[in-house]
Amino acid sequence: MLYALKIATRYLMASASQTALLVTGVAVGVFIFIFMSALIGGLAEFIMARTVGDMAHITIDAEPTDPPLLLPRAPGRILLVQQKTDQRSNVLPDAAAFIPTIEAIPGVLVTSQEITGSGFLIRGKLVQQVSVTGVEPGKVSAIVRIGSYIVEGRPDLAAGTVLLGKTLADNMKLAVGQTVRLQASTGIDAALTVAGIFKIGSGGQDRRQAYVSLATARTLFAMPQAISQIEIRLADLYAADATAARIEATTGLHATPWTEQAAQLLAALKAQAQTGLLLKSFALVTIVIGIASAMLLSTFRRRPEIGIMRAMGAKRSFVLLVFIAQGAIVGLLGGVSGAAIGYLVLSRFPGPGALQPGGLPIDVAQGAFGLAILLTTIGAILASILPARSAARVDPATAIGQ
Amino acid sequence: MSGLLLEVRDLVKTFGAGETTTHVLRGLNLRLEKGELSALLGPSGSGKSTLLTILGTLMKPTSGRYEMLGADMIGADDAELTVFRNLHIGFVFQFHNLLPDFTALENVIFPTAVREGRETASARARGTEILVRMGLVDRVDFPVAKLSGGQKQRVAVARALMNRPELVLADEPTGNLDRASAIQVMDLIAEINRDEGTTFLISTHDDKIAATCRRQIVVGDGRLTG
Ligand SMILES: Nc1ncnc2c1ncn2[C@@H]1O[C@H](COP(=O)(O)OP(=O)(O)OP(=O)(O)O)[C@@H](O)[C@H]1O
Ligand SMILES: [Mg+2]
Repeated sequence: MLYALKIATRYLMASASQTALLVTGVAVGVFIFIFMSALIGGLAEFIMARTVGDMAHITIDAEPTDPPLLLPRAPGRILLVQQKTDQRSNVLPDAAAFIPTIEAIPGVLVTSQEITGSGFLIRGKLVQQVSVTGVEPGKVSAIVRIGSYIVEGRPDLAAGTVLLGKTLADNMKLAVGQTVRLQASTGIDAALTVAGIFKIGSGGQDRRQAYVSLATARTLFAMPQAISQIEIRLADLYAADATAARIEATTGLHATPWTEQAAQLLAALKAQAQTGLLLKSFALVTIVIGIASAMLLSTFRRRPEIGIMRAMGAKRSFVLLVFIAQGAIVGLLGGVSGAAIGYLVLSRFPGPGALQPGGLPIDVAQGAFGLAILLTTIGAILASILPARSAARVDPATAIGQ
Repeated sequence: MSGLLLEVRDLVKTFGAGETTTHVLRGLNLRLEKGELSALLGPSGSGKSTLLTILGTLMKPTSGRYEMLGADMIGADDAELTVFRNLHIGFVFQFHNLLPDFTALENVIFPTAVREGRETASARARGTEILVRMGLVDRVDFPVAKLSGGQKQRVAVARALMNRPELVLADEPTGNLDRASAIQVMDLIAEINRDEGTTFLISTHDDKIAATCRRQIVVGDGRLTG
């Protein structure tokens, strides 16, 4: 084993430039593999952060109720087609009582009781339609990370204050500290002080969202006891389906996991991951073909030497080992150097969390460096098996006679 | 140091089939005693290399019997023959003789290292000793690619002797050498034969080289003729 390894390294060093070229080729393949892993992983992370990041993982709201059917008592058969209604009552009467139970379920990070509704912001002659969300004052950033989007003021919701989207505030010519009248769809209105202005950047939230404290919302929407919904964040967002089912089972409330609303997003992410897998497989196949052809060439070139070694008493298994070891060394060297270059290059990217516009959301932590080295070495060994077998089968009599 | 080393009987070797069939050996019989120093002569194409290849167990005859050191060489499989060659037969070829990417010493100790799985200190000591005996004291750690033709053949002889084989088969070992180098190589072979009793069978076209051997074996028409 050791001796075969010595012969293998000597062979590789004897044609140093050829070996260097081969190792470089393998390294490039490994780099592509790592780059794809980091890019696909980072892209998924980026998309998830941009979408699911500001989304409740589970939403508990009132169950949609289909209107009761009033069928005529008539002879014969009735074919009934009823479309499920999207209309749901905005009120969860006694859900708040379940909060301790829900928070005790493993994986639940935080719950947020909310009252949602619509209304108008009125300031002199300026009027804008708004979506109003009332949240508990301590949980302003529990679901949507408002705190990180604040561009003016503070993300604090004391009684009698409001947080507004940037576009909305601009349209209303409002700055922090100024007062505005909010008239809810119930007809009730309140004078509120602008405590902060946020800019999320995507979706329509900047244009029409207003956050008030839960207490203010209770007044505005005349809901002294009930709430509209409970939003939940989980430790693991992929546990949403199971946890939602568990919440439904323990509380009897209607819980919707984010995956139900984001089926398309999930499908897109899956397709993206599969594309990445395909490209990575191509990179591996290229490595295997490259090593196999180089090894095949090497066994042809060394036929007379193989013949001599066999004449001197080298077993077939020894010749096999010499050539497989060459492939393994090339794979390992190419794998390690490709991974090292990959790490150096990918580390210079800011990462999906701090992405600049037009940049690639590359996550170096998802580079799969160990896997790349392992797969490359295994691939290299597999690639050399066929050439090595043909080397081991060289007939010494004809090889030496050549 | 005397006694039968090997015996072949009714050795037949035929290459190809149909129109292109070549009958090279047609029932050849040969006995070699231990300690012999023999020259193998015969015109080009008479089958000298073919016979040496069969005796070296690198090729099987079409038919016939071959026993060496009391063991049957015809029925043995590749793995058995590989071990047998390693222990009992040394080779010197005319071309493609050494491993070009290794030093003289590495080439010489190959037969021992490949059996033991590594290059031991004792193998290196023996290899150096033979190389010194071959007059290559200052070429021990030289890459063989940089040696002259005569030096290469002396390294090849040294390697053939490494495992102290009973038989050394040499196919035109001096074919590429000038007269002085050829005589030097033959003198070394004669010396080893005298001192260690190693049996040599050396094919050659050169009658002067053949004359330095105690026995001359001549192949003609697929048999021994002299
Ligand atoms: N593998 C082979 N296939 C077909 N014919 C072969 C093969 N090897 C040898 N021969 C033929 O066998 C005959 C004897 O060849 P061999 O090499 O044994 O002769 P030789 O006595 O060594 O000749 P030389 O003195 O030129 O080296 C030749 O006619 C050769 O063409
Ligand atoms: Mg010949």
